[in-house]
Amino acid sequence: MTSHPMSDEELNAYVDDALTPERRAAVDDHLASHPADAERVAAYRAQTQALKALFQPVLDEALPDRLQALSVQPIKPPSGRGGGLGGLWQRLAAGVMIAALGGAGGWLAHGQYLQGERMARAVPLSHQAAVAHVVYSPDVRRPVEIAADQEEALVKWLTKRLGAPVSPPKLGALGYELVGGRLLPGNSGPVAQFMYQDASGQRMTLYVTTESTEKRDTGFRFAREGLVNVFYWVDGKFGYALSAGIDKGELAKVATAVYDQLDQK
Amino acid sequence: MDSRAILAELPRLRRYARAMLGDRAAADDLVQDTLERAWSRISQWRAGSDLRAWLFGIMHNLRVDQLRRGALATSSLDEDEAGNVPVRATQSDLLEVMDLESALRQLPEEQRQILLLVALEEMSYADIAALLDIPVGTVMSRLSRGRERLRAVMDGRQQTANLRVVR
Repeated sequence: MTSHPMSDEELNAYVDDALTPERRAAVDDHLASHPADAERVAAYRAQTQALKALFQPVLDEALPDRLQALSVQPIKPPSGRGGGLGGLWQRLAAGVMIAALGGAGGWLAHGQYLQGERMARAVPLSHQAAVAHVVYSPDVRRPVEIAADQEEALVKWLTKRLGAPVSPPKLGALGYELVGGRLLPGNSGPVAQFMYQDASGQRMTLYVTTESTEKRDTGFRFAREGLVNVFYWVDGKFGYALSAGIDKGELAKVATAVYDQLDQK
Repeated sequence: MDSRAILAELPRLRRYARAMLGDRAAADDLVQDTLERAWSRISQWRAGSDLRAWLFGIMHNLRVDQLRRGALATSSLDEDEAGNVPVRATQSDLLEVMDLESALRQLPEEQRQILLLVALEEMSYADIAALLDIPVGTVMSRLSRGRERLRAVMDGRQQTANLRVVR
């Protein structure tokens, strides 16, 4: 029997092999005559092993692209670096300032997330955009409210409703022509959707929200919503999401172009 | 700070973030933010110093910021690997594993982080104290309370025939 009780700290240090040989021997002696403490020590060791086993698989997972990309230094704004997926990842991961289309309103002001810096990620902007994409893009007769042949009116109208200049990027060089646009209800105000289409009829939508409550810009995010792939990012008050049922790499190329045009404004 | 060194640290950063937050996407968001901030402060990095400690420190500070702002613990859908859960051997094994994970959630964050730094990262008390900027004694008392609480939660839940010692 040891004369003094063993402190919790000492038992823990024993478990973690953080004792001097002398103290270690003292604890050994103590445990031999104190089964309750011996049981605790065994339980703590078992915890450590169980936690290791539980999270071990994470070490073997493939790294997500967005993390892999950040193993190299992102290029800082406002570098006008050219396209390519690598360049895109780097620039957007750096939280590059993107010229604002801006305005008021938008689902991003979702009340319960008001304080959350992570909001653009936690609240799925991607989901909002993907739903809007899925609802309107299959519509053959009325995919948009105002068609591209009245682009000027479209721009004027959306700019007025969102309270800030909004205009569709030109993606003709990539094979996507503007179909038109529409106004949609966000969570707390209007949002805009521009629709594009390629020669095969494949449609793509750019969803523009305002009133993000993020305190800073997010990096570039990718999400898959069912069959729809979405690239999205937040810049100050403004959120953008590009959605289409196309390959991630191809969508990234278009996102590059969208990004570049916004950047030049 | 070179790419290879960072890539070498990423799995551990992800593991710790996952264990801390539970949610995969939220954990990877935290790691992403950590890397972004690290690059933005690259001038503060001293060559030859402990990269892992530096990155863990940045991640910890970001997490503190998150909590201060009252960020919600959310499960977001993100990335194409959603739903990719580590596969365990048997169903009963899975139940046990989930039990530990949910028990872990019941610890206060300040206890959970130390428990995980000790168990997963095998960091010394002194290193943890430096990382979290708290006294070593605080590290030890939080660890002690965290382990005991985890044990109590697990015991209460599993209702196994473990001897409960009455003091």
